[in-house]
Amino acid sequence: MAYVFGGMIALSFVFSLINGTAEGLSQGIMDSASGAVTLLISISGMLCMWSGFMRIMKDSGLIDKLSRLCAPILRRLYPDVDAESEAFRYISMNISANLLGLGNAATPLGLKAMQELKKQHPSEVASDSMLTFVLMNTASIQLLPTTVAALRKSYGSEHPFDILLCVWLTSAAALTAGLISAKLLSRRRKWRSSSRLSSRRCVSTGFLKG
Amino acid sequence: MRTVVFIAPTMIALLLAVGMLRESGLLNWIAEAVRPVAQKVGFPAELVPMGLLRPVSGSGASAILLGIYEDHGADSFLAKCASVVAGSTETTFYAVTMYYSAAGITKIRHTLFSALLADFTAIVLSVVTVSLLLP
Repeated sequence: MAYVFGGMIALSFVFSLINGTAEGLSQGIMDSASGAVTLLISISGMLCMWSGFMRIMKDSGLIDKLSRLCAPILRRLYPDVDAESEAFRYISMNISANLLGLGNAATPLGLKAMQELKKQHPSEVASDSMLTFVLMNTASIQLLPTTVAALRKSYGSEHPFDILLCVWLTSAAALTAGLISAKLLSRRRKWRSSSRLSSRRCVSTGFLKG
Repeated sequence: MRTVVFIAPTMIALLLAVGMLRESGLLNWIAEAVRPVAQKVGFPAELVPMGLLRPVSGSGASAILLGIYEDHGADSFLAKCASVVAGSTETTFYAVTMYYSAAGITKIRHTLFSALLADFTAIVLSVVTVSLLLP
């Protein structure tokens, strides 16, 4: 991930020198640094509030019901996560919150889910389940795009929700494309690393020399 | 609270990188470069900056969305396409950074590739579905 940031920063630096926008760039650095801190403060407020709510939801049994509703689909998507585990519960809560359009509630649940997944897979390399989970959160899977509809309405649209079917089709297709490409890529890598391993084994046993 | 402290350094790095990318004018330059290609395949050129900005910056993308509403009307073809893009994608870089940094993951494998592929699919399909379903 450090490479991505490094690349973005280096590219913008070089480009601003070529383009003569260096002054704007330094202003932008100041603004986005202070903006980042403001954002983190608001995130922490949100996290505190929603972890309180989560406690209530957990004690009232609402979460178990929601999780059971999503379980059949999610079990297929996360074959290596135990359906009884804490991680699975947080994943299904995050997905339900996303579907309902409660983005603010989904984020803390998702962070919890990632931390639970990490406990099952203690490494700094992302596991397949983490990949699937992040992909499901980068594709917007909400049932009603309320924010967009509200914006359209305020700009005088007569039927702000007429895009609903298009949004569903598009986001379903986008999520599918992301998940399938991830599956294919991780399979290829596994195959590559296992073939590398076996060839190394051949070398070490002297099989290839003969 | 501990989570926030944990993700803070990475989030600041991300927002800094995004801010620099926007201020340096690199994004605009890419949008200009892609425009003729988009026009050739019949893709509305007004959606190019939206597609480029959407995975990087949520507020930047909404600014473009509102600009399209203002210039073309909220019920125009372009506005519908842009709304579908906005409704079916997320701020990819933001989500990837936040979730992985909360779990202390530094090697993200092909996450970014797949996520951006999903975003690209969404942008192309927004035009396809809108022109098929909402004539």
